[in-house]
Amino acid sequence: MARLRQLIQHPWVLGLTGVLVVVLIWTVATSLKLVDPLFLPSPASVLAAGRSQAAQGLLWADLVASVGRVLGGFGLSAVVALPLGIAMGTSTVINRLLEPLMGLIRYMPAPAFIPLLIIYFGLGELPKILLIFIGTLFFNTLMIMDAVKFVPRELVETALTLGGRTSQVLLRVITPCIAPQVIDAYRINMAAAWNLVIVAELVAATERLGRRISLAQRFLRTDEIFLGLIVIGLIGLVIDLGFRLVMRRACAWAN
Amino acid sequence: MQLRVDQVDKSFGTGRTRKLVLDGISFSVNTGEFVALVGSSGSGKSTIMRLVAGLDRPSAGAISIDGSPVCGPGSDRGMVFQKYSLYPWLTAAQNVAFGMELQGLNRREIRERTSYFLEVVGLADAARRLPRELSGGMQQRVAIARALAAQPRVLLLDEPFGALDLQIRESMQEFMHDLWQHTGLTALLITHDLEEALLLAGQVHILAPNPGRIVRTVAVDLDRSDLRHLRVSREFLDLREELARSLRGLDPGLS
Ligand SMILES: Nc1ncnc2c1ncn2[C@@H]1O[C@H](COP(=O)(O)OP(=O)(O)O)[C@@H](O)[C@H]1O
Ligand SMILES: [Mg+2]
Repeated sequence: MARLRQLIQHPWVLGLTGVLVVVLIWTVATSLKLVDPLFLPSPASVLAAGRSQAAQGLLWADLVASVGRVLGGFGLSAVVALPLGIAMGTSTVINRLLEPLMGLIRYMPAPAFIPLLIIYFGLGELPKILLIFIGTLFFNTLMIMDAVKFVPRELVETALTLGGRTSQVLLRVITPCIAPQVIDAYRINMAAAWNLVIVAELVAATERLGRRISLAQRFLRTDEIFLGLIVIGLIGLVIDLGFRLVMRRACAWAN
Repeated sequence: MQLRVDQVDKSFGTGRTRKLVLDGISFSVNTGEFVALVGSSGSGKSTIMRLVAGLDRPSAGAISIDGSPVCGPGSDRGMVFQKYSLYPWLTAAQNVAFGMELQGLNRREIRERTSYFLEVVGLADAARRLPRELSGGMQQRVAIARALAAQPRVLLLDEPFGALDLQIRESMQEFMHDLWQHTGLTALLITHDLEEALLLAGQVHILAPNPGRIVRTVAVDLDRSDLRHLRVSREFLDLREELARSLRGLDPGLS
């Protein structure tokens, strides 16, 4: 009994159980033919689809392309959002100048920019990277700005009374102080970046994960749709865990 | 060194919401002196401290050190806040070293002075610990060491023990008194605790609220060879009672 409780308390156990239960229900439902296989392919056939795509080298190429777009667009957004968010959090002038604008743009759904981006930049890589950039920049910036506003005033003022200059306060007080929230903001908004890359690929790509799914739809290959979804979910999960790991390593003081 | 506060007024807000918080505050602190300002909460004590530290500007009057006006924060006036002022991502030693690093001292000097000041506050063993691993009293001692290590000409203490338990507060008062005797520092202490002011300071200014103004100044000449004994001595208790009565008389709401 005690060992069971200990097992359950391990952070991964219950989560894994949840996943396994769903897979089990899925397996049972498909093997009993409760649902038309056209709608709900069996785990085995999804696995087979994965194997065949992997064998043709499609899966890997799709992955690299989609991940590359996310990293490009989101990386750009992260790099721009950090100084911008810090500037908005520390300077009232910049804040008053930009906050209403950002609040407005933030509510424009990023996918609605796709037609414009296609008109401006065609169907290449650039419009997809820009879509991810636009779709995450404002959230990243505003979350970083909030983190800056919550830096305790005493921490900044202590640095000033110790002889610190403004640049030192920015680099040695504000930046380390907001690091945990910044990493967390990136982790959360990364999910949006993933959504956007798939949306962009569904609409406008000539290849890659999203495209694979829309192709599959055209040929009623639900197994490939499932495969696409699962792969996307897994990559997202890996990225999320990566961020958590960085957080645990770099910001041990904040836990 | 002489810190002079001369006919300082401070008001917050504009127009009809304008509120006078300090009215004609004057006092001075000379090298080696320990001066205290005592007042009830809301009487403008922290406001005075922020003006002296240069974190705020007076509405009228002048503050100067050795004749040169204070026009911003600087390392000649070290500040210890009531709480939350250690950098939580830095160890105790790194916190102590922080001001010296901002000032660009060379590494060897920083290392030596850091261990010296940790020793002075009795925390050599805690050098590698993070603030959250230290008790409230230890944290305040690190904050004091950090302020001292930056070599201020006057140490500004804004209710430094106000957040501590009674027992720890008493031992910190004893610690502060020893520190003053051994290092010959110059200090301006702000507190709502009359006992604390009388134990530590050679000169005590009593502040009346609404607007904050100095209504009485007492030179305290007591035998401080044993603070624990002093706390309960007739002479001390009489003085304390007399001043407490005049403090109560200032705030009709309380009596
Ligand atoms: N930045 C500010 N803006 C407006 N009012 C303030 C500000 N700082 C302090 N006050 C007011 O000044 C008065 C004195 O505050 P403070 O100096 O913090 O008192 P104390 O430290 O003695 O408790 C309070 O009534 C407070 O509301
Ligand atoms: Mg105060």
